[in-house]
Amino acid sequence: MGKKTIVPIGPYHPLLEEPEFFKLYCDGEKVVDMEWETGYNHRGIEKICESKTFEQVFYVVERICGICSTSHPFAYANAVESIPGVEIPVRAKLIRSIVGELERVHSHLLWVGLAGHFLGYNTVFMWAWKYREPILDMFEIITGNRNSYAMFTIGGVRRDISEENADKLLKVLMDAKKKISLLTGAVMDDPVIHARLKGVAVLTAKDIHDFGAIGPTARASGVDIDIRRDDPYAAYEMVDWKVITAKEGDIFAKAEVRLMEMFESISIIKQCLELLKKENKGDIKVKVKEIPPGIGIGRAEAPRGEVFHFVKSDGSNSPVRHKIRAPSYNCITTFRRSCIGGTISDAAIATAAVDPCYCCTERMTQVYDIKTGKKMMNAAELIKLSQKKTEEIRAKGDKND
Amino acid sequence: MGLKEFCFKKSLWVFHLSAGSCNNCDIEILDLLTPRYDIERFGMKLVGSIRHADVLLVTGIVTNKTKSRVLEIYSQASKPVLVIAIGACPCTGGIFTSSYNFAGPLDKVIPVDAYIPGCPPKPEAMLAGVVKLLKSKNRE
Repeated sequence: MGKKTIVPIGPYHPLLEEPEFFKLYCDGEKVVDMEWETGYNHRGIEKICESKTFEQVFYVVERICGICSTSHPFAYANAVESIPGVEIPVRAKLIRSIVGELERVHSHLLWVGLAGHFLGYNTVFMWAWKYREPILDMFEIITGNRNSYAMFTIGGVRRDISEENADKLLKVLMDAKKKISLLTGAVMDDPVIHARLKGVAVLTAKDIHDFGAIGPTARASGVDIDIRRDDPYAAYEMVDWKVITAKEGDIFAKAEVRLMEMFESISIIKQCLELLKKENKGDIKVKVKEIPPGIGIGRAEAPRGEVFHFVKSDGSNSPVRHKIRAPSYNCITTFRRSCIGGTISDAAIATAAVDPCYCCTERMTQVYDIKTGKKMMNAAELIKLSQKKTEEIRAKGDKND
Repeated sequence: MGLKEFCFKKSLWVFHLSAGSCNNCDIEILDLLTPRYDIERFGMKLVGSIRHADVLLVTGIVTNKTKSRVLEIYSQASKPVLVIAIGACPCTGGIFTSSYNFAGPLDKVIPVDAYIPGCPPKPEAMLAGVVKLLKSKNRE
């Protein structure tokens, strides 16, 4: 192999929304190897959760990620409610599904816009984000905030959707459907987008299984998985919908899956709103007095794939262990297959294609030696370091005494 | 009018720095560029390098890993530069105050000119904050 050029991207780069660091090893225009480093956003959320009560944890997990800020409370609610085995009211189930699907629409529109921006199609960026605004307005009307909705609580939801707001929501959605189909047509028919996306960064079904990718990334490669259907929660059993898949596995297929999923989401919300009218006088929440000791596992389909929450309770009012796995954690490993072998100019869209969310993924701290920049500390060494510090403090204390 | 006031008189160029955020404020900043808010009509635009920027927008808590990078970026900025803390996280730490990876509020790391609280602040709030800051700077 000849000389390799290293192209560093990040941690603060105009291409990236979040701090992350990519190192592309290039031979000419071709990417031959790549490394990435994350961990800039690590905020210690799992530990914070363990210091909060079960009800407060909702507002912490909501802030894992601002874009999919319903999916984490969704999975956490499924996990906590599975410990005492609470059955939530139908109306709460419907409202949960409505909020979850609305979020999918806004998240996918956001992705389409960003993907357009990465390709140099700023018109697509502006259009998609313009069509996203009415949906954020609906969020503000229904939940009180444009993002971070604070809708969920143990045993149900915190706010009801009034009939007036339901009608408003339906109107906005029908309007959005027209605009999204316009956008879909514009994206699908454009010859330049075809040339840029078709056959680029192809992931086969085998790659998906090897790397364990999930969500739209997997569905675009013909792997038919969706937690909403495979392990139904909330109101997804009550409504009629289908899982969208594509066979090609390239970036165009991923865009197609996401665009088509938006129509499915709109149809789910429409059916939920009809059911909501029937359930007019139902409760929106059941009272859960205490969480007994036990283990709860909750899964939910976020816009990016499956979110997994594990909650362990010892019968007190806060979790003793809370483990979170976000979908991007599985998906970003596919970069090694999608980016290597392509050109540098395709690397940007190939990394964006899985809709990576690094703030979701930051569940771990890596420790590097500052001097060499290479050596990574393992847990045992960290514990040793910590014990040494305690000893030093103790020794100091003894001296002062 | 001194040179300092002159710098902030017209088109402000903005650099966005996510110290350790949840993406929420970052997306709301990007939202400012899109047709509904369209800050480019005021000559404001997001730039790719801090060396070109007049304003540094910081979102998210400053984590131990990003602290040195935040300092580095601030030192690279051509002065005078306005630093605006966007959202509850850089202002105070917000919900993450008790985190072991929290390196302190932003004003303990670099000097801050304006605070825009909220989780996340609405795009209108960000615009109002910038306008207020500019007014106060031009009055000085």
